[in-house]
Amino acid sequence: MSCGCAGPAPELPVASPETPSSRALLARVALGLAAWAAVYAMLQPAADWVVAQLPIDPASHLAEALAFFVYDTPKVLMLLALVVFAMGVVRSFFSPERTRAVLAGKHEGVGNVAAATLGIVTPFCSCSAVPLFIGFVSAGVPLGVTFSFLIAAPMVNEIALGLLFALLGWQVAAAYLGFGLGIAIVAGWVIGRFRLEGWLEPWVREVRAVAVELPPERLTPADRIDAGVEAVRDIVGKVWTWIIAGIALGAFIHGYVPADLLAEIMGRDAWWSVPAAVALGIPMYSNAAGIVPVVEALLGKGAALGTVLAFMMSVIALSAPEMIILRKVLSAKLIAVFAGVVGVGILGVGYLFNLLFA
Amino acid sequence: MKDVKVLGPGCKRCQTTAEMVQAEADKLGIAITLEKVTDYAAIAGYGIASTPGIVVDGKVVHAGGLPKAADIDAWLA
Repeated sequence: MSCGCAGPAPELPVASPETPSSRALLARVALGLAAWAAVYAMLQPAADWVVAQLPIDPASHLAEALAFFVYDTPKVLMLLALVVFAMGVVRSFFSPERTRAVLAGKHEGVGNVAAATLGIVTPFCSCSAVPLFIGFVSAGVPLGVTFSFLIAAPMVNEIALGLLFALLGWQVAAAYLGFGLGIAIVAGWVIGRFRLEGWLEPWVREVRAVAVELPPERLTPADRIDAGVEAVRDIVGKVWTWIIAGIALGAFIHGYVPADLLAEIMGRDAWWSVPAAVALGIPMYSNAAGIVPVVEALLGKGAALGTVLAFMMSVIALSAPEMIILRKVLSAKLIAVFAGVVGVGILGVGYLFNLLFA
Repeated sequence: MKDVKVLGPGCKRCQTTAEMVQAEADKLGIAITLEKVTDYAAIAGYGIASTPGIVVDGKVVHAGGLPKAADIDAWLA
């Protein structure tokens, strides 16, 4: 996920010499949003103009592919920046330690719902997955509740939601959010029912965490806005190449692949395409940024939405590298149960989407 | 002599955090012993759920994400 595990560390935050008044801050944010909206409104005419200047036949495949690329690239990047900014501000109100304190007293059921919901807004990084897992379990968060958090956190992330919203509209983004939460809640609850605490690696059960008292963080509204800006710089700065590559591939599919080709193999009449998409997605590892533009192009060519989203969820939520990391704390049997339960959930959502968005 | 531990499995951010702590200590002229704790069980024993974490003289002062330089100064002082 977007956390700089491997990439270069982000620039160190510089403390601002004076804190602006909250009214000045509000004015600056409003100004920024207005400028954003003005530029966004100009994108379509500007893209049309650029393509019209090129010496190519407007009815050709090339023109169609170029128009798609020139308009979609800035549009997607701008909408993504907006969503990432909002999420960055929201996340400054949460931390894994505080989330754990909330969940430690919860029973299964309510706990699963709370864990999945908090999984969306709590800052989480896949290189912190193991410390987080041990930290939760050793503090008395039930195993199934911990899994609800660990499933929701990578699957329902700001990049996936932002891109789905940008490319496919808010209805699809909202449906993805709802079903992603649903899978995390139900899968975590089911895993909790199995009573698999004995399948943890033995040393994990030995860890008894002391309750840690972190000094309270005093964040001003300006700090939270900065957190949003920092998130945009960090995440968009990291994924923009993937997005452009994805849109370029999408533009190619858009212009050159015949419309009916994909309807045959990925359409809603092919019942086997959903399980095939899930199976295909597990060994693949990508972030949402690279995969969503391809998703949009596939859909434009007649692939069914549920099939394509099942593929995407499978790529993001069930990745081989994450399972290898988790193997340090979970037995192979427990990982198999985890993958199985989540896979069945994604399968169900795939079929349901195909039914709903026909 | 301050005893500082940086908790983290060895990711990029954990290394950056350790470097920041050392740099701030050098800047302030405070002598510290800096130790990196990479063992998962040991990290969990400090009660944090996100890395990198910072422990100064046995007390957890930070967990999750890069610390701010100004905060490091306050912890070391």
